[in-house]
Amino acid sequence: MSEAQMSEDDADLAAAAAAAVVNIRTTTDYLSPYPDQVLENVLENVLIFLTSRRDRNAVSLVCKSWYRAEALTRSELYIGNCYSVSPRRATDRFKRVRSVVLKGKPRFADFSLMPPDWGAHFEPWVMEMINAYCGLEKLYLKRMSVTDDDLSVMAHSFVNFKELVLVCCEGFGTTGLAVVASKCKQLQVFDLIEAEVSDDEVDWLSCFPESGTCLESLIFDCVECPINFEALENIVAKSPALKKLRVNRYVTLDQLHRLMVRAPQLTHLGTGSFSPSENPAEPEPDLVSAFAACRSLVCLSGFRETVPDYLPAVYPVCANITSLNFSYANITAAELKPVIRNCHKLQIFWVLDSICDEGLQAVAATCKDLRELRVFPLDASEVNDGPVSDVGLQAISEGCKKLQSILYFCQQMTNAAVISMSTNCPDLEVFRLCIIGRYRPDRSTGEPMDEGFGAIVKNCKKLTRLAVSGLLTDRAFSYIGQYGKLVRTLSFAFAGDSDMGLKYVLEGCSKLEKLEIRDCPFGDEALRSGLHHYHNMRFLWMSTCRVTSQGCREIAQQVPRVIVEVFRWNQSIQEGENSDLVDTLYLYRSLEGPRADAPKFVNIL
Amino acid sequence: MESIRIEETGLNLEATELRLGLPGRDKIEKETISSFNKNKRAAPKSAEDDESKANDDIKHHHHEAAPAAKAQVIGWPPIRSYRKNNFAPKKAEAEYGNYVKVSMDGAPYLRKIDLKVYNGYTDLLKALENMFKLSIGEYSEREGYKGSEHAPTYEDKDGDLMLVGDVPWDMFMSTCKRLRIMKGSEARGLGCAV
Repeated sequence: MSEAQMSEDDADLAAAAAAAVVNIRTTTDYLSPYPDQVLENVLENVLIFLTSRRDRNAVSLVCKSWYRAEALTRSELYIGNCYSVSPRRATDRFKRVRSVVLKGKPRFADFSLMPPDWGAHFEPWVMEMINAYCGLEKLYLKRMSVTDDDLSVMAHSFVNFKELVLVCCEGFGTTGLAVVASKCKQLQVFDLIEAEVSDDEVDWLSCFPESGTCLESLIFDCVECPINFEALENIVAKSPALKKLRVNRYVTLDQLHRLMVRAPQLTHLGTGSFSPSENPAEPEPDLVSAFAACRSLVCLSGFRETVPDYLPAVYPVCANITSLNFSYANITAAELKPVIRNCHKLQIFWVLDSICDEGLQAVAATCKDLRELRVFPLDASEVNDGPVSDVGLQAISEGCKKLQSILYFCQQMTNAAVISMSTNCPDLEVFRLCIIGRYRPDRSTGEPMDEGFGAIVKNCKKLTRLAVSGLLTDRAFSYIGQYGKLVRTLSFAFAGDSDMGLKYVLEGCSKLEKLEIRDCPFGDEALRSGLHHYHNMRFLWMSTCRVTSQGCREIAQQVPRVIVEVFRWNQSIQEGENSDLVDTLYLYRSLEGPRADAPKFVNIL
Repeated sequence: MESIRIEETGLNLEATELRLGLPGRDKIEKETISSFNKNKRAAPKSAEDDESKANDDIKHHHHEAAPAAKAQVIGWPPIRSYRKNNFAPKKAEAEYGNYVKVSMDGAPYLRKIDLKVYNGYTDLLKALENMFKLSIGEYSEREGYKGSEHAPTYEDKDGDLMLVGDVPWDMFMSTCKRLRIMKGSEARGLGCAV
């Protein structure tokens, strides 16, 4: 968020606003002799309807009055990088916030590229918010470090608290969950998504009120601890508003059945293990009927330990579902086909490459409405051949023309398939291709993958996010710089020949906000070419490249309001020219100075 | 290709290789050496006019790194560790391992071993030697198992009888259906025919 540029233009604005106010106010009470006051009242009433944060940021830049009015009416606070602004500065400006979105670590932290105690602590934020936002209702945290104490403080302080969503967070355990469950009496949403929750052996589900809850969404499929099933069953039975339920893999098929018969109103279901218990003593539950009773089901996930024999139970809901997550289900094409051939309305599909190209062909044949596809690898090692390849990608490009977002892991790819996708799927906004074998060329021509990715940036006019892989020369980057004018997020790994690669991108991609790079031959000169742009970016990440401490220091000195963090993990590199190379550079814009909570291995230049 | 020539002249680039990783951290990406060799043969035909030797070195660093050390590439591919750690393989495999029957010519009954517990061929052969109280000898691509009366063979998923050791370990693990230790003249015949 850049600082507001103030301009005094109140008189003109007051006149315009007064004209607009006629239909809104009918009493004379509001006709005050102070145009500022009128203006602010008008704005407050109008701005309440303005929800998009980008629009609001624009509004706040008009003049001081608009800045004030906007600050008073903003109810959702979005902080894309928790270190870009201090909690005090945020709460000072925005006083009436009811919902906070806070994001911490950069995405590469998910892949063990960031030391564990790096930061992104929720604590300073919660301590500030309990004073400033005592009426807080919603909290969405992503990649933050949250402790049980933080959760406890939150649960005890926000009396109106309704929604808690923790995505990719860590640092807490079932202890913290228990406090939230018992203290937040008005909780409607309790979602834990891909979070790391430590098993403190606390029965947190029993901490929900026994008489019932107003829960609408309960998602805990990532929690790797056994649960008290009776407590869960009680919650489901006594929460009539429950629409979304995603259970963890400790819930067996028979248990799932018991839950489903109590909640046929569910719209989102995470099926847990989807395998029977060790001793299925009772007669096998009628899963098919249970699924058939869920007439509103649109989103299906779970399948953590799928026994494929039971998959036919989901047939009754296939025709209605718009989102299906099979990415934990090790199933073959033959096992997938009878399910997928009924999923005509499917828009979001996550799956494992165990279905092979053949499975993808089946998807392409039926799912004409597909918007988002993610194909994850069953085996993440670099081998010569994998179950999915350019064949699957080609099929998808021909069958799913409305595709907007794709994440595809494979071992081999061709430019032709990528080019085909670029021409067949004009709506593509997100294209992330991960050829697991590093530096792999086009498997049929032996050429680099430059032309494929070039076609994507050239033909997909709505592209905002791109991740590249395979053998790539500087030419690929020149294409990206030349055509990727709307691109906001870029990920590069093991690609490029020289500094020119990064230069093309930093000079060409004017809308670039997030750039993550690892293991590319880009050095200080390339880094310098972005000097004009870093203050417009959320962050730049470069690890194991050819950037030196001196180069980083230059950036820190020349770009105002940007924090340059450098970490050196491998202390043993001492001799030769390599000693000056930086392991990891993480650069982000910020209104504050260097953060006080940086651990020892982080050097802030 | 340049990269292969440099490897042959023995430029020991491992010593100056840059690696990413915290001390004591153990996240390992398995990578078979042979599959990386295959990568080398598939190196691009288009002549890369490398602008400077420095860039050459960097690429070769990367090419050298993997086979030399069975590279532990941290954070690659970019899959959340949550997804890697929490993946439960197909129930049958998880419970039962990769058991195959082992027969030895002349022995009255068969044995069964779990291929998953072995790290590679050396490990496996040593175990077989112990189990059947025999010696199997040295493997060579040209001559099979010289200096021994016995030759370890296996039946692959196509039903063919193959000599143990010819294919990469990972491929062997997934295609081996049963093992047979051949003896005497039959064994020698197989070795010579290769």
